[in-house]
Amino acid sequence: MLHIKCPHCGMRSQNEFSYGGDASVKRPELNKEISDEEWDNFVYNRKSLRGKHLELWQHLFGCRQWIKVERDTATHEIFNTYKADEEIS
Amino acid sequence: MTQKFRLENVGLINRDKKLSFKFNGKTYYGYEGDTLASALIANGVHLVGRSFKYHRPRGFFGAGVDEPYAIVQLYRNNETEPNIKATEQELFEGLEAKSVNCWPSVNFDIGAINNFLKIFLPAGFYYKTFMWPKSFWYRVYEPFIRKAAGLGVASTKHDKERYEHKYEYCDLLIAGSGPSGLASAYAAAKNGARVILAEDKPRFGGSLLTSDVNIGNQSGEDWANGIISELKEMPNVVVKNRSQVFGYYDHNMLVMSEKVSDHLPKTKKHHPKQRLWYIRAKEVLISSGSIERPLVFGNNDTPGVMLSSAAKEYLKVYGVLVGKNPLVFTNNDSGYETAIEFKKNGINPIILDSRINPQSEIIDEAINLGIKIKFSYVVVAAQGYKKVSSADIAKISNDKKQLGEIENIKCDCICVSGFWTPTIHLASQSGNKTKFKEEIDAFVPGTSKQNETTLGAANGIFTLGETLKSSFTAGQDLSKKITNKDNKISFPNVVEKISSQHDKFWCVPLPKGKNYKRFLDFQNDVAVSDIEIALKEGYRSIEHVKRYTTLGMATDQGKTSNLNGLQLVSDIENKVVPAVGHTTFRPPYTPISIGAIVGREVGKHSKPTRKSPMHSWHEKNNAVFVDAGVWLRPRYYKQGNENLFEASKREAKNVRTNVGVCDVTTLGKIDIKGPDAAELLNRVYTNAWLKLPVGKARYGVMLREDGIVMDDGTTTRISENHYHMTTTTAQAANVLSHLEYYLQLVWPELNVNVVSTTEQWAGAAIAGPKSRKLLEKLFPNNDVSNEGLPFMGYMESELFGVKARIFRISFSGELAYEVNVESDNGQFMWEKIIELGKEFQVQPYGTEALSTLRIEMGHVAGSELDGRTISYDTSLEGLISKKKDFIGKRSLNREAFTSSDRQKIVGVVPLDKKTSIPEGSHLVKDAQAPLPNKKLGHISASCWSVEYDNPFSLAILKDGKNMIGEKLFVMSPLKNKVIPVEIVSSHYVDPKGERVRS
Ligand SMILES: [Zn+2]
Repeated sequence: MLHIKCPHCGMRSQNEFSYGGDASVKRPELNKEISDEEWDNFVYNRKSLRGKHLELWQHLFGCRQWIKVERDTATHEIFNTYKADEEIS
Repeated sequence: MTQKFRLENVGLINRDKKLSFKFNGKTYYGYEGDTLASALIANGVHLVGRSFKYHRPRGFFGAGVDEPYAIVQLYRNNETEPNIKATEQELFEGLEAKSVNCWPSVNFDIGAINNFLKIFLPAGFYYKTFMWPKSFWYRVYEPFIRKAAGLGVASTKHDKERYEHKYEYCDLLIAGSGPSGLASAYAAAKNGARVILAEDKPRFGGSLLTSDVNIGNQSGEDWANGIISELKEMPNVVVKNRSQVFGYYDHNMLVMSEKVSDHLPKTKKHHPKQRLWYIRAKEVLISSGSIERPLVFGNNDTPGVMLSSAAKEYLKVYGVLVGKNPLVFTNNDSGYETAIEFKKNGINPIILDSRINPQSEIIDEAINLGIKIKFSYVVVAAQGYKKVSSADIAKISNDKKQLGEIENIKCDCICVSGFWTPTIHLASQSGNKTKFKEEIDAFVPGTSKQNETTLGAANGIFTLGETLKSSFTAGQDLSKKITNKDNKISFPNVVEKISSQHDKFWCVPLPKGKNYKRFLDFQNDVAVSDIEIALKEGYRSIEHVKRYTTLGMATDQGKTSNLNGLQLVSDIENKVVPAVGHTTFRPPYTPISIGAIVGREVGKHSKPTRKSPMHSWHEKNNAVFVDAGVWLRPRYYKQGNENLFEASKREAKNVRTNVGVCDVTTLGKIDIKGPDAAELLNRVYTNAWLKLPVGKARYGVMLREDGIVMDDGTTTRISENHYHMTTTTAQAANVLSHLEYYLQLVWPELNVNVVSTTEQWAGAAIAGPKSRKLLEKLFPNNDVSNEGLPFMGYMESELFGVKARIFRISFSGELAYEVNVESDNGQFMWEKIIELGKEFQVQPYGTEALSTLRIEMGHVAGSELDGRTISYDTSLEGLISKKKDFIGKRSLNREAFTSSDRQKIVGVVPLDKKTSIPEGSHLVKDAQAPLPNKKLGHISASCWSVEYDNPFSLAILKDGKNMIGEKLFVMSPLKNKVIPVEIVSSHYVDPKGERVRS
């Protein structure tokens, strides 16, 4: 079971969180004309990366905040966690 | 009965407490502190079971967790448990056990015929033989194999024992209380670290209990006891025996199974049988020791052949002789230690040493004691069927390829030692890439992957001095990092005998003309010849060889067989062992009971049960409940001898003619506040929300980004910046997360807060033509007329002094209202409704009547919004705004979503107006068409229309828009039904929706 540091609450066990997928995906702006391909990429197409990955988790049974977690998908090493609006260098 | 093989004055058992127990129906005696194995051996019992494949007789091979043979069915306190290792099960008064794998009995076993047919049972036998004909598998092969070969039998009764889970955090978790575990725990504890020290056996001390050493002028055992008593007194230390750390998971999470009560005849009141510990440790010290390796020779599975370390443990810990005429066969000095213990107790062992001329202190001691030693000698084969009676031995050439003349010598046991295999399972589970250590012919942990350090024998260090020194240092250094304390402790003086080099020899060649089975895996009956066949047939990867031959795949996970198997593959393939590689170790290290894994989460504890504030009223009024997610909801209220069908019909009919009341507390409720609340709703729902006036409700549908309908419900504008959203019971949690996702990540600029208020409000739906009259009684001070509170109107009021919210919304399709009060007042509200509704014939109605009412009105619910339908399919496309963008809109112009014959919701009525239509049935054009018959749609929900008194269903049908009036067939192969039906509008009752506005 992973040990995830919620930037709001501190170290918590994985079973308090739910997984939310790739954090680098950006929703297209509302009312903006975009191609089918762009929309498909947003809705469906995901890279299944091996290695360092920035992903979303929600601290569901805690502060309910969506957070960003930088995790190695192969080793489960967590390098850093960020608040939703935090700048990631 | 006397314990003929019990020594006097030796061992750590309590001779003051004699215990009786039964094995295979026969009564024996042992002592407190015995295991079932030691007590049986004390009584001269060596035949305890049959092997898995050939059903060869099985005795005892080890004395602990590594035991491959002695697996029994245990009976304790009117319960039974399969696959218990006799070497681990502690004896208690009244214990009963039986052999497994024997049919019909341990002495006469029908499966043993496999032994004589073994030529037909080579590697991959099951794969090859039982393939064809396919139909034979279920009827012939499987029943036979199951009966003849199965292990123990699981109980079919409910397990009344309690199992607990515990979560714990510590600085250092130390797995194993041998010399390295004790030393590191002591050093860390003295530095103030929070330490958990776990030992799988009942006694602490590991190898110190059986080895002839001296630490600080004390025996190993006394030193261990001293350290343990000191540790037990320290507040920062938890010391646990009977506790096996069996799994090393991510982020230093380890799981340990503590057998709290298995050693007692009965679990004490308020105690669990077992406890599972989830331990998050900052540092993990693995001091799991090592397991002796067998030597491989003919018939080496005969009862009486066992590990020399096990023989020594039976003698020194339990005061039990595994034989009175022992032969020790060894390739290293460990066998000598066992022989010396025999000799000291008046037994004359013979040692066969495969080495040519080894020299060491231990060998000198054996010689001085007058023990007979034959160098360059090996056991070629054990003789005897149910117990060793003699051994064929021979001199072996220096290159280990040629055997000299075979001699037969009498013996009653053969104690083997093929050197030691470090127990690296935990390190390997943590992700440590293990490496092969040439000097000990075994794998040891390599670079640590997580915060784990392996110590002592588990790390391939086999001298006590070095083990203690490195373990003290490890405990000290790791704890210092955490506590910043540095209490130096003095290092004790260690006296031990130094061993000479072991022989890199482990498998005795077959003598000419003999075809003895030489076993590698003792539980799964994998012999040298099986591996040879697998390699001949082209298997190369050790993972494939393992699966094909089942080497190391039994319940002991190859603790004694893995390395010998690898050695064999590497010899045949002419590779070195590390090139062959070893198979992956996975948790659990040893089998864990299902009860321990499940813990307290059984029956009603497996999920929370949520009840509405009106629950006790429902109970008192004969409600029959149904699970709705985690909620318990009344399905119907039983009157007299009514069944579900009759009751729900009565309740639904009463709503259509008078007035009914339904508990709708379970609906999800989300409070939405902020200046941008309307904008959020406008983006989340498909219809327009910016112009909803205060005091009005609106129905809305929300989509996922892929265009599929996610949920529906009404949302009410309570005040300028305050909305009350309702969701379906099932989607309540998902919708909240969905809103939070968009507010926190996608549109953080929106100034809105959302919070679940599902539990804060109790809700009652009051529905039926007389509902307004009832409302007038409930709220005499309010104008609830059609003008005062029109359809989709909202008002705040007081229900006899209790704050209430009134929504004029309808799921039943009747004139209807929903009243919400704070949860604590729910019961009060409900009772008032029932009391004041009497004159209007009010009746409560449950979920079944609720379904009937919504189905015949064509209102969609979860069975239509099933994660596969879009707005069009459920005839909600009228709510799609063309003027604004919203979540999922861009997906709606996908080709499949816009095709002209797209599926759509319809109503279905059987032509005979009598036959009920099973939910989930398929709709087809031609009932006689050859299979596969083309499916046009499926029945999503069925009811008995109370309006028309005939069956009615909703269906999602291809080109549903143009199918009204068509005649089709409903087919249900499951219920073996074919029903001719007519397709009608999904709005079966009141299609214009006049009632809700009346
Ligand atoms: Zn948090």
